[in-house]
Amino acid sequence: MQKIETLFVDLSDWFIAWLQSLGVPLAWADAILLLIQFLCIVGIILANITILIWLERKVSGFIQQRPGPNRLGPHGVFQTVADALKLLTKEDIIPSKTDRLIFITAPILFMTISVMLYIVLPMGKDMQVVDLNVGLFFFISLGSLTTIALLMGGWGSNNKWSLLGAMRSVAQMISYEIPLALSLMGVVMITGSLRLSDIVAAQDNVWFILLQPIAFITYFIAATAELNRGPFDMPEAEQELTAGAYTEYSGMRYALFFLAEYTNLVAVSALLSTLFLGGWQGPWLPSWLWIIIKTYLVMFLFMWVKWTFPRIRMDHLMAFSWKVLIPVTLVNIVATGFGLYIFKGIGG
Amino acid sequence: MLSHSATIGIFLLLAVCFPVGAMIAAWMLRPKPKTPPDDQKLVPYECGVDTIGPTWIRFKPNYFLYALIFLAFDVEVVFLFPWAVKFQMLGLFAFVEMLIFIGILIIGLWYAWKEGALEWR
Repeated sequence: MQKIETLFVDLSDWFIAWLQSLGVPLAWADAILLLIQFLCIVGIILANITILIWLERKVSGFIQQRPGPNRLGPHGVFQTVADALKLLTKEDIIPSKTDRLIFITAPILFMTISVMLYIVLPMGKDMQVVDLNVGLFFFISLGSLTTIALLMGGWGSNNKWSLLGAMRSVAQMISYEIPLALSLMGVVMITGSLRLSDIVAAQDNVWFILLQPIAFITYFIAATAELNRGPFDMPEAEQELTAGAYTEYSGMRYALFFLAEYTNLVAVSALLSTLFLGGWQGPWLPSWLWIIIKTYLVMFLFMWVKWTFPRIRMDHLMAFSWKVLIPVTLVNIVATGFGLYIFKGIGG
Repeated sequence: MLSHSATIGIFLLLAVCFPVGAMIAAWMLRPKPKTPPDDQKLVPYECGVDTIGPTWIRFKPNYFLYALIFLAFDVEVVFLFPWAVKFQMLGLFAFVEMLIFIGILIIGLWYAWKEGALEWR
């Protein structure tokens, strides 16, 4: 049991020791290990997304009482693979009026940011690429950069749908950025650290969803808006804006945007389970299995919300962030402060 | 041991390689038409009609107002993070101070609300 729990940590320790016995300096050995960790993360991302897109279509089919994909393989499991192959072999079209440099860099930037998010996520006991002392802040600040990638895509396309969609996403994402960061403040106040491993360790006895239920709900709503997922998918409302910022993109460039959105979804779900659901902590099963189970439960919740709620109108969407979420999160911070004084008696 | 910044820097380079590699793979796999595509194929998509006028025009001022309020609040968030980390050590003084700080911001939000900056017209 202990062996399974520390399997990956043992493997990496053994690998470093083996490289050093060959006479490789420690810094180089670390760099090679980093390369392998990167390849593992890419593998995790690709495998997860393949499952996730299939799952999303199956869940939406189940909710809308239709079968969903069911031709390729048992229950249509190979549908995503076929779609990926199709997108990979599509002809590359760059419309004539685009700003080529911005148009080409936007999907690459989006995907790079999404992959970078994984560097601070604890994927098990001692399983973290870097344990930054500002890990949580790093995640939030990187996550907000996706706004720029979307705006680049919309502006560079020189298309009216794209620009309108991009402008809407920027307005929405900067509005929901603030409740997103503010709702995490309660967790940081209780833990006293921005290090994600400390936050997991602080949930040894009680998960933060029980101490910060309001923060969990506000963070979940704000994260749904940040991910541009329904019911907050106004920026890419396909019935009125064709595909928002992605209208002019096709083939692999579109696929990169699509992949990056799902990569973000996995990362945010993993962060949500790390912050509020005890991270990798759990009985009986190894820690890296627990984080996968919790992440998938959170992602299922995201899908459930997406396919059951109707889309929200733009003015309601903006008003909800500024007039409801921000006051509620500010009150939550003050309440957390008072609660800490009363129950812990600190500073007195 | 690599330092944290070195690790992040190397990882950033690797992370750029992923989408670039995907684009290269697509470039190798996809069909390349012999003749250049004609103009009609490359016009901006607008449901089949030709686009009228430039796209890069001046936008609604609403977006600008939201951006201004966002800036004020985002700076507040940056100030709140270090305070939240050290909250349990700083004692009552910092707590009261932060209450005043949040109070000022709430007054600012109330003013923006009253002036109609939060209305989407």
